Order: sequence, then structure tokens, then C-alpha cells
Amino acid sequence: MFVMWYRTLQLGIKSLWLHPMRSLLTMLGIFIGVASVIWLLAISEGISLEAQRQIASLGADTIIIRSVKPPSEKLSPQGVTPYGLKRDELDMLVSTIPTIRSALPIREIRRQFQYENVTIDGRLVGCTPEYANVTRLKIESGNFITDAENFRRENVCVLAAKVADRLFPGKNPINKRVYVPESKDFYRVIGILQHRNASAAIGGSLAAQDFSNDIYIPIRTLQQRIGDTVAMRRGGSFEGEIIELNQITLITRSIEEVKTTAALVENALTGHEDLQDIAVVVPLELLEQARTTRMMFMIFMGLVAAISLVVGGIGIMNIMLATVTERTREIGIRRALGAKRSDIVRQFLVETIVLSVVGGASGIVAGVICNPAISLARDIIKDRFPQTFAALPEVVQKLTPTIVPESIPIAFGISVVVGVIFGLYPAIRAAKMSPIEALRHE
Amino acid sequence: MISTTTRMACSVRDLKKEYVLKGETVRALRGVFFDVPEGDYVAIMGPSGSGKSTLLNMLGCLDQPTSGQLLLGDDDVATMSDDQLAEVRSRRIGFVFQSYNLIQQLSVVENIQVPLFYQGKLGKKENDRCIELAHMVGLDGRLSHRPNQLSGGQQQRVAIARSLVNDPYFILADEPTGNLDSRTTEEILQLFHRLNNEGRTIILVTHEDEVAKRAKRVVRLKDGVVQWDRLNSEDARREAAEHAFRNLPVES
Repeated sequence: MFVMWYRTLQLGIKSLWLHPMRSLLTMLGIFIGVASVIWLLAISEGISLEAQRQIASLGADTIIIRSVKPPSEKLSPQGVTPYGLKRDELDMLVSTIPTIRSALPIREIRRQFQYENVTIDGRLVGCTPEYANVTRLKIESGNFITDAENFRRENVCVLAAKVADRLFPGKNPINKRVYVPESKDFYRVIGILQHRNASAAIGGSLAAQDFSNDIYIPIRTLQQRIGDTVAMRRGGSFEGEIIELNQITLITRSIEEVKTTAALVENALTGHEDLQDIAVVVPLELLEQARTTRMMFMIFMGLVAAISLVVGGIGIMNIMLATVTERTREIGIRRALGAKRSDIVRQFLVETIVLSVVGGASGIVAGVICNPAISLARDIIKDRFPQTFAALPEVVQKLTPTIVPESIPIAFGISVVVGVIFGLYPAIRAAKMSPIEALRHE
Repeated sequence: MISTTTRMACSVRDLKKEYVLKGETVRALRGVFFDVPEGDYVAIMGPSGSGKSTLLNMLGCLDQPTSGQLLLGDDDVATMSDDQLAEVRSRRIGFVFQSYNLIQQLSVVENIQVPLFYQGKLGKKENDRCIELAHMVGLDGRLSHRPNQLSGGQQQRVAIARSLVNDPYFILADEPTGNLDSRTTEEILQLFHRLNNEGRTIILVTHEDEVAKRAKRVVRLKDGVVQWDRLNSEDARREAAEHAFRNLPVES
């Protein structure tokens, strides 16, 4: 039995080899189908992993509350309406909700920074020492802000890597003083951070943030030196803003308590319904959403790939039907010489299976090289067309496909099944021919 | 007539075949009787429309009669299933066709092997036998040629070797010389003669008198029945062979 199949396989390969071009084109359908299954899944997995990584970097055990500038029609035309989170609210949350392990208040203000004759625009971030842990900051040299410095409202600062490079080109910034002209303050540099990736906008409630122009100072220092009222020059006129805290990051005791804590927090923060000036973001929920999205994406991609495989299968069937017609006489000869109907079915089925398996296997090879292929394409575009490359969305620029291991056996299995299903009909048609008619066929 | 003590390669008893063609019933065979004892060399003749091809299809187990018996050895083919017929074809019948009917993608040896392939006999022994048969029909040195690299006569030799590979009850040759020139025809007829002398049973369908004269016996069909069934005397056969030989074109 095994020998029979083996010999039929040899025969099939021989027959296919008679028309190499035709066989190749027939395989192309399955090849593209399988390769696209793997590619599409790998790309969507890559994007989704990146999204999950970014969300996870916010901390799965945290709840982020941000102050949001209310829509202009809700602000009174005269004067400046205070909005956003209050320091009292921070104290209230920490003291009333037991599942909160710690809380991290943040205040951000756009400022200019000067050192000697260099002036740059940047962001002054007031925070507590916790900030380094929660956002997983890596220190290049020096230290991050300490509790004592915060408590004593010291004029110290920690620079983001890019700020250090731009303000102190070729110099060691530690212990040098950065000047902030708007409030006429000097801050002594005590630490420099390693480069930190910008965060993408997540879920609409959290805007994208670029941390490369940040200077971190103790929040109590900021409160004393600058206060809550900030004047900003915008288009020739001054604009004021009264805001106590831009963000509070709450760290819960465990991931299991995140959702209940979030519900408690939303209940506790009353008085914001009217202005809609705060937003609560729960990274854990976003993470779960991202996973659901990933499933949807996978299903969608799978569907697209399935369609292309079916198209490939139809291609195979088309060719096999033509082949059966073309080889009618051969079928007649074989039947006359003792081939049973099942032998003829086997012969043609083996040929389609060979076509689809070879197509599928080469599709897998093409699928597996997805990652290097994309990097290569990216490098070429980067070299030849830098403007085009810069115009591409960041997701595309940074895309690293991740091959989903299951996609390989699945794609292969589907290609075999497609071969069998679409090969069966031509094979049965071949077997059903009367040997007499078949022998007479020219 | 024929001695009943000899074993029969095949017996045809009251064989009838009717087709329905465009609403009309065509009675192609209307009750054919004849026996082919082992070792016989029968030529079946008849004008077109006499039921020659229909009878050939029956004898070749490619088609089944409407009624009557067709015994191959002890088994009545008339009642067999499609798979059983295929089995009978692969084990008991050796086909030789007018247009050779070799499979183009196979070599000479592989073509000879096809009937054994469908018996599931794929060993070294069988392969050796195919090579031996190829030598026997005079195809030394062409064992791995493809059919399209061979002349008509050579292709027909491959077909004859193929018909012998399963040690059939009889060789069924359908106008085997129809596509060949007179010299090659003579070669093939001599090969048949030799095989018959070695004890092979041959049933040959032809419309050429010269070919029919070389057989031991001629069965003539007309209008779906046997018109006559005669033996050719040894003298007549020798005479026909010599006549054919004399009339061969001079080799240039």
C-alpha cells in the first residue's frame, strides 16, 4: 500500500514536471495564500505586541487620572477658570481608599531653559521620587530626585538625555545650573536620564507624550517657585491657566484590585462632571481592550488569508480540470490496463496534493523570512527615499512583525486541505470517464 | 470444430449488446457465439458496423454485454463490477492498440510495467521481467527512451511487450498494424507469429485480408452475428507470409 502511494507520488511529480511553468503558476496561488497568512498574522501580532508593550509600560497596576482642559464654551469668558485635579483630592484619595499603595502627583509646564548662550524649549515636570519607579526611568548618571530634596523644596533638576545633549553639548551637566527665564530660577542638575521612548496616544484619553525635552524637578519646589497660575504667551496675547496637578498616577496594591480601585476613584472624584476636566485611564483595561482588538484583528486577517487560499484552491482546480481533459487518453489507457477508478482518483489527487504542499511549504519559507524582508525593505526606503520614509506613520517605521508560531502548521494544514478539496472533483471526474470514450479521445 | 478437451482462453455465448442512441435502440451484437482455445490465433474481421468494435470492447472487458455470457477462464465477465473488471483487465488481458497507446511521460520499461503497477507488483523481479520483455521484442538499448523518441514500429513493440507482462489469457490486438508501413507490419506480424508458436493466445481484430490470412482462424462478423468461422490451412498461412515477404518494398 505504502509502495503504491510512493510510486503514485513519483508518477505525479513526473507528470507535473512535464509542465514546469504551469505547475509553478498553479502553486503560486497557494504560495501567496500561505505566505500572506503568515505575513498578515505576523504584522498584526507585531503591532499588537507593540501596543501592549506601550500600555504595559504605563504599569498594569496603576490608574492614571489626568487633568483635561475643558472645552472653551464651558469656561467663563472673563478671568481664568481653575480646572483639573486638586492637591486636596490627592490627599483624599490616598487617605480614603485603602487599596492604593502610593500616589504620584505630576505637574507639567512648558518653559524655556537656558545654559550659557543656549536656549531651548522644553517641559518642566514637577514630580515626586516615586516617578522614577513608576515610569521605570533609567538613570544615565547622577541620581533622581530624593524625598529630602522634595521636602526641602530644593532647586534641583534631572535632565532627559536630549535636553542634556542640547543644553550642554560636550560638557558634563552635573552640578551645573539650568536657568528658567520665565520664573528667573536656577536649578542645579543632579542627574541625567537615559533615552526614553515616546509614548503613543492610547485609547483617546491619553495623548501621545514625547519625554525627550523634559526637565524633572521636585513638585514642592515647582509649587513654591511657580505656583498654580501659569501665564502663557500665545499668538501675541497672554493666556492664563490655573491648575494644581496635571496628573495623578495611583499605584494599587495588586493588579486584582485595579478595577475596584478605579471604580472607587471615579466615585470619589466628584465635582468634575460639569467641567469634564479630568479623565481616568486604567492601563489594565486598555490592555484587555488591546487583547480583544488583537483577536478581532487576527480573525479579520485570517479571513482575508482564507479568501486568498480559496482563490489559490480554485486556481488548482481549474488547472487540474484542464489537465484531466488533456490527459483523457492517458486515463483511458490506464483504465484499459487495469487501473481501478480509485487508482485514477489517487493519481490526480496526489498531483494536486503535491502542488498545494509544495506551494504551501514554499509559502511558509517566504512567510518565515517576513521579518528580515521587512527590515530590508525599510532600510532601502530609508536610504533611497528619506522624505517618504519620514512621512510614514510611526507604526510602519517601527514595525517588527512577530511570527505567530501556530500560523505555520495552520497555514500548511489549510494548504493540504485545499489541495484535497479542490483536487477531489477533477480526480473524480477523471475516474468517472468511460474507458472506451477516454481511449477514443484525441 | 474445436476439441472440447482444450482449455478455453475465452468463450463467447449468445452475446448481445444494445445501445440507445438518440432514442433509437441499436442492436450492435445480436447473439455471438465462439470459443477461443488456449494457443489459438484468431482474426476477427467484418465491415464497419458489423459489431467488430463492440465485440472487441466486450472481449477487452471495457464494456459489459446486455445479455449473454463472456467467460474468461471460468469466470463470467458479464456480471462483474467495475473494480472486478479492472482487476480482470490487469491480470488476464494483454491489449495492443492501433495507435500504440503508450503513456508519454513514461520510459519504455515503465510503460511495459503499467499493468503490473495496478496489480501492486512493483518489485525488482517485476522490473527485471520488463527489461527482459523489452529485449525480447527487440528494444535493446532503448529502455529509457520516451515513446516520442521511438518509431511507430518500435512503439508497437513496446505495446506488445506491455501486453505480455502480466502473462494474459490472451493478447487482444485492435488493428495493430493499421498505422504501420508494410515492412513494419511484416515485422509485427512475425512477432505475433513467434509469440503464438510459443503458446500465446492471440485475438486480432483487423479489416485487412492479408493480415487475417496469417492467423490460424478467421471469424467474420456481419450485422452483429458471426457470418462464418474458418480455419486457415498451414499452407495458406505460409503462402500469405511468403507473398507478403516478396512484396516488401526494396530497401533503399
